[in-house]
Amino acid sequence: MKIPIELIRIVVALVAVMAWVGLNALLLVYCERKYAGHIQRRPGPFEVGPHGIIQPLIDGLKLMAKQLLMPDGADAILFWLAPILSMIPVLLLFLCIPYSPLLTGWEVNLGLLLILAFAGLNVLALLLAGWGSNNKWGLLGAARAVSQSVAYEIPLLLAVLAIAFQTGTLNLTEIVNGQGSWPWQWNIIVQPLAFLIYFTSILGETNRAPFDLPEAESELTAGFHTEYSSMGFGLFFMAEYANMVVVCSVATVLFLGGWKGPFFDGWWWFLAKTYVLLFVMIWLRWTYPRVRFDQLLNINWKWLLPLAVANLLGTAFLMKVFA
Amino acid sequence: MNAIRKNVIQPIIDLWSLIVGLKVTGKYFCQRHVTVHYPRKIIPAELTDTFAGHIELIPSAKDPTIPKCISCMMCATNCPSNCIKVLKQKAPKVSPEQEKEWAEAEARGEKVKRPKAPKNPAKFSYDYSLCSLCGTCIENCPVSSLRFSHDIYIVATDRKELTMDLLARLARQAEAQAGKPADRAPGVLEQAAEAGQEASAKEA
Amino acid sequence: MTRYPNMEQVTGDFYTQNFEKGAREGSLILNMGPQHPSTHGVLRIILELDGEYILRCDPVLGYLHRMHEKMGESKTYRGFIPNMGRVDYGCPLPWNWAFVGAVEKLAGIEVPERAEYIRVITTEMNRITSHLLWWGAYILDLGAFTPIMYAFDEREWLLDLLQTPTGSRLTYSSFRVGGVGHDIDDKFIEGLKAFIPYFRSRLPMYKDLVTDNIILRKRVEDIGPMPLDMCRRYGATGPVIRGSGLAYDIRRAEPYGIYDRFDFEIPTQDTCCCMGRYKVRLAEFEQSLRILEQAVDQIPDGPIIMDKAPKPSWKPPKGEVYFAVEGARGKTSVYLVSDGTKSPYRVKLRAPGFSNLSLFAEAAQGTLLADAVAILGSLDLIIPEIDR
Repeated sequence: MKIPIELIRIVVALVAVMAWVGLNALLLVYCERKYAGHIQRRPGPFEVGPHGIIQPLIDGLKLMAKQLLMPDGADAILFWLAPILSMIPVLLLFLCIPYSPLLTGWEVNLGLLLILAFAGLNVLALLLAGWGSNNKWGLLGAARAVSQSVAYEIPLLLAVLAIAFQTGTLNLTEIVNGQGSWPWQWNIIVQPLAFLIYFTSILGETNRAPFDLPEAESELTAGFHTEYSSMGFGLFFMAEYANMVVVCSVATVLFLGGWKGPFFDGWWWFLAKTYVLLFVMIWLRWTYPRVRFDQLLNINWKWLLPLAVANLLGTAFLMKVFA
Repeated sequence: MNAIRKNVIQPIIDLWSLIVGLKVTGKYFCQRHVTVHYPRKIIPAELTDTFAGHIELIPSAKDPTIPKCISCMMCATNCPSNCIKVLKQKAPKVSPEQEKEWAEAEARGEKVKRPKAPKNPAKFSYDYSLCSLCGTCIENCPVSSLRFSHDIYIVATDRKELTMDLLARLARQAEAQAGKPADRAPGVLEQAAEAGQEASAKEA
Repeated sequence: MTRYPNMEQVTGDFYTQNFEKGAREGSLILNMGPQHPSTHGVLRIILELDGEYILRCDPVLGYLHRMHEKMGESKTYRGFIPNMGRVDYGCPLPWNWAFVGAVEKLAGIEVPERAEYIRVITTEMNRITSHLLWWGAYILDLGAFTPIMYAFDEREWLLDLLQTPTGSRLTYSSFRVGGVGHDIDDKFIEGLKAFIPYFRSRLPMYKDLVTDNIILRKRVEDIGPMPLDMCRRYGATGPVIRGSGLAYDIRRAEPYGIYDRFDFEIPTQDTCCCMGRYKVRLAEFEQSLRILEQAVDQIPDGPIIMDKAPKPSWKPPKGEVYFAVEGARGKTSVYLVSDGTKSPYRVKLRAPGFSNLSLFAEAAQGTLLADAVAILGSLDLIIPEIDR
């Protein structure tokens, strides 16, 4: 029996992605806490390891050592399915991100479509978590999560579609190849409005402040994951950070030239750009208050959506005129 | 026209405030910390000197192990939380022969000097877990034998540890002042304080 | 379900049973508290929700009842002062002043000049620390984590200074009948003189980071309307009624101590919303700084406590007395009945937070859950003060 080489490649890539997701979660938690500390004029984690570098690892170990609890009256299947369901699609998302021409897990022609489709699954996980845990706060958080994610997916798609129109492909590698090495050759110069819409939408899509309403701790205690303990919570937590990395990676591919950069192209440029975007997301979180729920939807339906549609129509029109 | 200005142009102008907010947090991100790294550095002594911690006894001028206290019980009776317990010393025991001798002497009309109980207390125990640090005992002490300590680093893992024997504390302080070896090694705190002072001396 | 066979019959405690469902179908009864991040302690609010809209709400008190009033009946006049430091941990010095002021009024005691100035200085500093705590915590309620850390930067400086005249950093009980317990020194005055311009220079940062922020403005502007007649009905005082347009301040309405000597304004806002109350408190920073500046310049030398100050076993004359001061949250007052013995016959504490909380149920009706958090925060509640 002959094992197809493509299968081996995917399995290896999946294992690598799992390690990469774990590493990224640790690194991002550390970065987030350090950034927050420095913004608030305190050192942040400092005790475990030099400058607290092993703190997230120890926190992860502590989470694993905790007891898994399920509230009375919770729906056991849905309750345990939810964290797994939030984690699995994220792993798939990483497969088709092109870190460099060689470092691509799975070269798919419809890579962009695949990412957008699987990213939508995360909502289902939040809904199941909130509904299954038999908790009123969780239910409110789940309801918020669903209407927020559904709403913000639309301008996100429309913004991405403008790039797809322009490059004429859904293959992420080709989108990068269509851009040059220098910043003025990137898509962000041509599509600044699409980038702004995309960036605002991913804040809503990944439930990051100031749009972190599903888990708004001063209103809903912890929202959809109120009842989760141990790694049940840990998986949601990791999935949130993994999602952040994915959306920022996609932004890098679509708007910032992917692995291409001045002087030497390569995966280091990709990582650097992704982490700059992540830094901006963290910076926003530690600066702004949270918006109210109706305002959140108003921003989407009254501002982002018309702007995205106008942007798309404008792109299509210009394509038609100049092509 | 007004509606457009209010609903379209004004919100876009207001977005500038978000940039201003980012500038403020960005500025502080680049600045030095204001917190004190506790076990490595401690706050300067001038801040702890004004802090009123638990109460402590003041030694008398003659003997640093004996307090000025005259066991008058003013502190114990006036304490609103009943956290001070003072035990008076008893008079020394007298043998029956001696007693008889004095009685005879008194019968002869001579003045007898009977031994009196020493004034300083036999035991002075204080429960910090009950104390509300109101200072009533300090204000009412007729011989000014009480004061607030400046110990802000007191910790305990058990409630019983907060019941202090202030006489023993006074003896420890006297020992430490006389330069005798203390009954415990210097703690983390003293070492940290020394290290911090050295570091600040170097910086200067 | 199997573990609690009678779960259907268990319908909650006394309050939930008496909070009957409204006429609307499909509403959700939700307990916000006693453990909830934005009730600042153990306040419990029962909400009837339609989606996220609040149909009805009912605050439930008593989770932090510590019997301060009853304790007053068994303690001496001197022994009750530490209790006053613990009624309101955010701003205890006005409570100190209300109690010792009541006793002084009852016994006709004159307080030395220097002690009066020390009282004014420490109380105004305490008002600033209390407002700083409120400011940070309120923005925290609205979802921004960083401003509370910046507020604590200034607050720590003030607490370091306040340590000299009070000896502690949180539950001050430094006022005495007939004066104050500790004197202030030149170092304190210098520190305060350095603090005032520093704090003034920080206030524009507060405005840039928070007050002008469009997200915050949308969260608090026109939210939680409390018109003047509503404030009057419930007996609201302090920044709540000043945020509704009435310049009512005990320091001006019924001057006590030496407040009539200082030149300061009473900031008001007539928007009646959360933003109004927010702006009143920020403006009070400036007014407190003005009072501090004048008091520091005028402070005379002299004793800090009267001659032959009352001993713990002191007995005041028989009688009844009422004394009110302006705390950080409003009218803080003590009603005292003395039967001529060592301890009071009755002590009634009038907490401003209790009256201010009463407005919440009416103001929060029909708003969103997130607005309820904003309204609750804008009232500046301290739960131990409400429950006493």
